Amino acid sequence: MLGEAEWAIVALSLKVSGAAILFTLPIAFALAWLLARTRFPGRILLDAIVHLPLVLPPVVIGWLLLLAFGTNGPMGRFFADALGLTFMFRWTGAALAAAVMALPLMVRAIRLSLEAVDPRLESAARTLGAGPWRAFATVTLPLSLPGVLAATVLGLARSLGEFGATITFVSNIPGETQTLPLAIYSALQVPGGDVHVVRLALISVALSLGALLASEWLARRSASGTPFHVA
Amino acid sequence: MSLEVAVTLRRGGREIAARFVTGAGITALYGPSGAGKTSVLDAVAGLLRPAAGRVVLGGTVLFDKAQGIDLPPERRGCGVVFQDLRLFPHRRVRDNLLYGWKLAPPARRWMQLDEACAFLGIGHLLERMPRTLSGGEAQRVAIGRALLSAPRVLLLDEPLSSLDAPRREGIMQVIERIRDELHLPVVLVSHDLAEIDRLADQVVPMGEGSPPALP
Repeated sequence: MLGEAEWAIVALSLKVSGAAILFTLPIAFALAWLLARTRFPGRILLDAIVHLPLVLPPVVIGWLLLLAFGTNGPMGRFFADALGLTFMFRWTGAALAAAVMALPLMVRAIRLSLEAVDPRLESAARTLGAGPWRAFATVTLPLSLPGVLAATVLGLARSLGEFGATITFVSNIPGETQTLPLAIYSALQVPGGDVHVVRLALISVALSLGALLASEWLARRSASGTPFHVA
Repeated sequence: MSLEVAVTLRRGGREIAARFVTGAGITALYGPSGAGKTSVLDAVAGLLRPAAGRVVLGGTVLFDKAQGIDLPPERRGCGVVFQDLRLFPHRRVRDNLLYGWKLAPPARRWMQLDEACAFLGIGHLLERMPRTLSGGEAQRVAIGRALLSAPRVLLLDEPLSSLDAPRREGIMQVIERIRDELHLPVVLVSHDLAEIDRLADQVVPMGEGSPPALP
C-alpha cells in the first residue's frame, strides 16, 4: 500500500520521535516531581518556563534552538566538543525540537499522575524501614506509572506532529530531517502531489489516533481512576 | 523497652508539648481533637521534626535537638498504624504485610508471616487487594504490617474510631494481646474515655493543662 519513500518517511518520523521521547522522559519526570512535590522560590517561574513551548509560536522555539544549539551557539559548541554531537540540519536536531515541544505536555500529564498519589503512603513506607529512594521506587513510582506511560504516548504523538520548530531549526531535508508533517508540506508545494498528501495525511491521522487512544486507555488504568485531560 | 518522650512541636503557630515515659504496657495519649496527639506520634516516628526536646527508645536516642541527633523514620524501629491505615493500594495484602518484614534485618525479626496471620486472623485475606477489605479487616492488616516490620514499639493512632461496636471489640482484644502475649510497648492515641479505661495502663493528658513547653 505504501511506497518505499513513504515507509522511509514514517521510519524517520518514528526514529526522531522515539529519540525525542527517550531524551525528554527523564527530564519531564524530574520537572513534574519538582513541581508536584516540592516548594521552592522560583517554582512558579519554572512552571511558566516549562509551559512556554505550549504557547510560544513554534517558529520562535526553532529560532531559539538555532541560537543555543547552532554551530556557534553555546550549547551547540558544548555538545560538539564534549560528545561530538551536532544538531544542525541533522535528524538529531529534529529530535531535539520535538523533545522541547513535547516537554510541557509530558510534564503536565506526569505531574497530574504524581499528584494523584497520596504522599502519606511514602511516609508509611518510611516507618516500615524503607529509605527515601526505596519508598519512592516501591510506592510513588508504581502508582504513577500508568500516568507516566500515558504521558509518554501523548508526548510521542506530539513529537510525530511537530512542524514549526523543526523546519525553522533544521530545515526540510529529505531523508534527514523531513518527518511526516514536513513531507506533507513539501508534497503540497508540488503540483499533482495530492495523492501523496492524502496518503501521508492518513498515516498521520492513524498514528495520532492510535496514540491518543492508547494514552487515554493507560490514563484510565492509573491508580487514581481519574480520566486524563490534555489541557 | 521504654520510650522517653519530651518534645515541643510547632504546628501552624501553635506550640504542642508532650512529656512522658512509657514502660511495658499501653500508654494512651488522651485529649480533644486538635490537641496535637497525632503530631506527637509523628514526632516519635520521625515524620515530624520537633522544635526542641528528646526522644529515646530503649537506650537509643532517636532525636535530640541539643545533640543534633535526628534518626530518619526507617531507622527508628517504630511500628505505626496510621488513623487512615495507608495500606499500599497497588499491593496484595501479602505484599503489604511483608513490605517491612523484608526490609528488617533477619536477626531483628521477631514475627513471621504465618504467626502474624494466626495472631490477627487474616490468613484468608492474603491474596486480596486492600480496596476489597472491610474496615476491620484493613485495620488488622495494618496492625500486622506494622508488627512484621520488627518494631520495638507500636504506635496506634485512633485504631478504633472508624469501626462499629463488634469490630471495636475485636481490635481491642488484639491490642490487649499485643501487650500481654507479644510484650510490645504500645502508644495509643485516643479521644474516647471508655476505650482508654479499658486499655490503658498509663494516660498522658494532652491539650488543656498539658505540661509546660521545654526551654
